[in-house]
Amino acid sequence: MSRRERIWVQLGCIAVSLFMGVPLYLITLAALSSRESLNEFPLPLLPTSLSGETMSTFLKSTGIVGGLVNSLTIGLSTVVLALLLGLPAGYALARYAFRGKDPYQLGLLLTRALPIVVLSVPLGRIFLDVGLYDSTYAVTLLHTALALPTTVLITSAIFLGVSREQEEAAMIFGASPFAAFARIVVPQALPGIAASAMFTFVLSWNEVLGASILTLNRRTLPAQVLATLADSPLAFRFAGGLALVLPALIFIAVARRYLLNMWGTTLR
Amino acid sequence: MAGVTVSNLVKTYPSGSRRATDDVSLEVADGEFLVLVGPSGCGKTTLLRMVAGLEVPDSGTVTIGGRDVTRLPARERGLSMVFQSYAIFPHLRVRDNIGFGLRMRKIDKATITERVERAADLLDLTDYLDRYPAQLSGGQRQRVAVARAIAVDADVLLMDEPLSNLDALLRMQFRAELKKIVARLGTTTLYVTHDQAEAMSLGDRVAVLRDGKIIQAGAPMEVYDEPSDRFVGGFLGAPPMNFFDAVVQDGRLVVGDVSLEAPERLASWPDKKVTVGIRAENVAVDRPGLSGEVEVAEPTGAAVLLTVRWAGGELKIQAGAGFRAAAGDRVDFHFPGTGLRFFDPETGLAL
Amino acid sequence: MATGTRSRGPLLLILPSIIFMAALFLYPLLSGIWQAFSGPDGFTTAWFSRMADDPYFWEATRNTALLIVVLIPLQFGLAILMALLLRQRPRLAGLHFYIWVVPLAISDLAAGLVWLSVFTDRGYLNSVLDHLGLGSYAWLSFEHPGTMFLAVVLAELWRATSLVFVIVVAGLQGVPRDYDEAAEVFGASYWQRVWHVLLPQLRPSLQVALILRTILALEAFAVAQALTGRNFPLLVGETYQWYYTLQNPNVATAIALVVLALSILAAIGYLRLMRRTPEVG
Repeated sequence: MSRRERIWVQLGCIAVSLFMGVPLYLITLAALSSRESLNEFPLPLLPTSLSGETMSTFLKSTGIVGGLVNSLTIGLSTVVLALLLGLPAGYALARYAFRGKDPYQLGLLLTRALPIVVLSVPLGRIFLDVGLYDSTYAVTLLHTALALPTTVLITSAIFLGVSREQEEAAMIFGASPFAAFARIVVPQALPGIAASAMFTFVLSWNEVLGASILTLNRRTLPAQVLATLADSPLAFRFAGGLALVLPALIFIAVARRYLLNMWGTTLR
Repeated sequence: MAGVTVSNLVKTYPSGSRRATDDVSLEVADGEFLVLVGPSGCGKTTLLRMVAGLEVPDSGTVTIGGRDVTRLPARERGLSMVFQSYAIFPHLRVRDNIGFGLRMRKIDKATITERVERAADLLDLTDYLDRYPAQLSGGQRQRVAVARAIAVDADVLLMDEPLSNLDALLRMQFRAELKKIVARLGTTTLYVTHDQAEAMSLGDRVAVLRDGKIIQAGAPMEVYDEPSDRFVGGFLGAPPMNFFDAVVQDGRLVVGDVSLEAPERLASWPDKKVTVGIRAENVAVDRPGLSGEVEVAEPTGAAVLLTVRWAGGELKIQAGAGFRAAAGDRVDFHFPGTGLRFFDPETGLAL
Repeated sequence: MATGTRSRGPLLLILPSIIFMAALFLYPLLSGIWQAFSGPDGFTTAWFSRMADDPYFWEATRNTALLIVVLIPLQFGLAILMALLLRQRPRLAGLHFYIWVVPLAISDLAAGLVWLSVFTDRGYLNSVLDHLGLGSYAWLSFEHPGTMFLAVVLAELWRATSLVFVIVVAGLQGVPRDYDEAAEVFGASYWQRVWHVLLPQLRPSLQVALILRTILALEAFAVAQALTGRNFPLLVGETYQWYYTLQNPNVATAIALVVLALSILAAIGYLRLMRRTPEVG
C-alpha cells in the first residue's frame, strides 16, 4: 500500500472514531457541567467549569436512587438466574449429541427474533394475575427470558473451547466427572463466563420497554428516566444519559477480548 | 502390572450405520507393547477408548489384570493415557500437570514431588516444571503428556496417536525415545496409530484393524512378511506391496503374456485366478527374466525407487542406491520365489 | 464425543431452560395473541380497528418503515467500510476498535439522550454554529420533520452500527488472507477484490446481521422518545403509549403483534432474497 493510501486509511479511522467518540465526550461534558454553564449559550466546548452539581442533583431526584438500586438488583439477579438455567444447557449443547438438539438450538435462535414488546404486554397481565406485577421479580424474570438464549449459546461456545479430551484425561487420572468439570473446565471457562455475565447485566441494565411496562413504582433507572423524561429539565436528561452510558464504557473495556466471539460469531 | 483382555467387544455409534468395533477380541500380555494400526475409521480409537472406560461397549467385556472392568468408570481402572491432542491442562503449570494423577489419588506431597521430578527427568522437562503449557513448544507439550502418563505408575498405559501432531523429524526422534522409556518401565502398553512405520517400529506385536475387525495380529516382521490378507500387505510398508493378477496353468503362473514358474503350493489351485503380491525390495533388479520400461526413478538416498510399466500395470521396484536409471530406460528384473505371496482374488485372504 | 447419547443427562441439563422459556416466551406469546383478539363478547377485531383508526399508528408505521429503509443501508455501508479500514491494520487499531464498539452496550434511550445534548436548541451543535457565527436552528422542532428524522437516523447510526461492524469483522476473520492475496496476484484492484472476493464470502454473516438489525430497528423507540417526545412516533413507542398513557393493553398487544409480523416478514424476505443467488463459502 502506498504512503498516500496509508494516510487515507488513517484519516478514515480518525473520522469514524470522532463520530463514535465525540458524542460520548459531549454527554460527559454536559453531565459534568454546572447548572449555570448549561444555561449559557453557546455552550462551552471545553471542560472549563467542571462540577458534580448536575450529577448530584440528578441522583437526589425522586426515584433515581431507588431506580439505581432496582436496576442493580434486577441486573445481578438476572445474571445469577440466567447462569443457573443457562450454564447446564450450554454444557449439554457443547458436550453431548442428543435427540432434539437441533430444534432446541433453532428455538433459541428464534427467540431472538421475537420483539420484546410482544412479550412484555401479555406478561404484564400474567404477572398481575399471579401478584408479581410491579416487583423486581417480574422484571428479573423478563430479563432472564431475554438473556437466557444468549447465555446458553455463549456458554456452549465457551465450553466447546475446552476440549472434551481434557475432561477425559482428568477422569483417566482419577477425577470424578464433577471433579473434572470443577477442576479442569471451570477454571478455563471462567473468564468467558464472566464476560457472558457482564453481557447479561448490560442487557438488563439497558432494557427499558419491558421494565417500564411491568412496573409502576419499582422502576429501574432507565424506566424512571424515560417516565420522567417529558417533565424534566435538560440537565437531568444529560445526567441520566451519562449514568446510563457509564456501565457500557466499563463493560466494553473489560470484555473487549470476548466481543468478537460473543456478538460476532456465537450470536449471529 | 497387568495384562488386558478384550472379549467380543461390539460398539455401534448411534450416528453410524455400521459397527465401530465388530466383535473384537484381543489379548495383551503383561508388560507387552501392542500397537493397534489401521486406516482412519477402522475402530482402533474406539477400541482403545472402551479399554480406557471413556466409551461403553454395547456388548463384550474388558478385563485388566483379571478384573472385569467393563462397567467401571475410567478413574477406577488403574490406567493411564496419552491423548492425541495431548489434553494437558493449560491453566496448570507443567509440575501440576505431571502430578495431576497423583494428586487425584491423594498421594502425599513429598511423594508427588519426587515422582513428578523423576518423570520430568526421564523426559528432559526438569527446566520447564514451572512453566505453563502455553510457554512450551509442541514437542515439549507432548513430553508433558507422556510424563503425566508415566508419573502415576499405572498398570496399563494407553496411547492414542500420541505422535501424530509432531512434525516428521521430531516424530522420528521421539519414537525411539518413547520405545526406550516404555521398555524401561515395562508397563503393559496399548498404542493406537494410523502410521504403519510407527506401528512396525514400536510394537512387540501389531494388530491390524479394518472395518471394526482385527485382520491380523503378530510380531511386526511376521505381519509384514506374511500378511494374512491382501489388505495387510497393502497397508503395511512403504511403498505398499505390489499386486497383480495371474492365472495358474500347468504349474506356471500366467500374467498377461508372461509366464512365471509357480511354486509348489499353488498346485492345489489349478486353472484358477490368483492375486500375486511382492514387496518392492524383494524384486531383484538387473537379473534377466522379466523386463519393463521405467516410468519414474526416485532416488531416496538409501535406495532408488523405480516405477516400472509391466504386464499392463505398474510395479514398484526398490533398487540399490547406486542404481542408475532414467525414465524411458528398460530394466531387467526377476521375482525370487521366496518373495512372492499369493492371495485369493475373491476373499483377499492369503493362500 | 457421543458419550452418554442414550443417557438422560443432557435432557436433564436443558430441561430447566426449556421450562423457563416455555413459561416466559411461549405462554405470553400465545396469551398475547389471545388478548389482541378477545373482547368482552369473545372473538373480536375491535382492538385492531381501534389501532388502525388512530392517526398516530399510521404515522408511526410510516416512520418506522422510513427509518429502516434509510438506516439499514447506511449502517451496512458504514460498518463494512469500518471493517475494511481496520483490516488495513492502521496505527492505534486497538484504540479505534474500542471506540467503535462502545455503542454496542449503549441502550437506545441513552443514545437518544446523548444526541439530545447535540441537537437540542441550546445544545452543542447550535453552540458550534453560533461560535462560527452561523446562528442556530431548531433541529428537533416538529416544524422541521426533516432534521428531526435526521437526528434520529444519526443517533441510531451511531448506536447500532457497532453490532453490524462486529459481525462483519468476525466474518472477515474467517476469510483467509490467501484469497485476497491470490486475487491480487491475478491483478484484481482493491475494490474489485472487495466486491468479488470479500463480500461474497461475507454473505452468510451479512445475512444474519441484516435480519438481526432489521428486527432490532423495528424495536427502536426510546431514541426517538428522548430526542423528540411524541413528535416522531415509532411503532413500539405507540405500544408504550397505548399501554402506559392510554391504559389499553389490548390495543398495545395488537400493535406488538404487528411488530412481530413485520419482524417475521423481514426475516423471511431477507432469507429468500439472499438464497436466490448461490451460497458461497
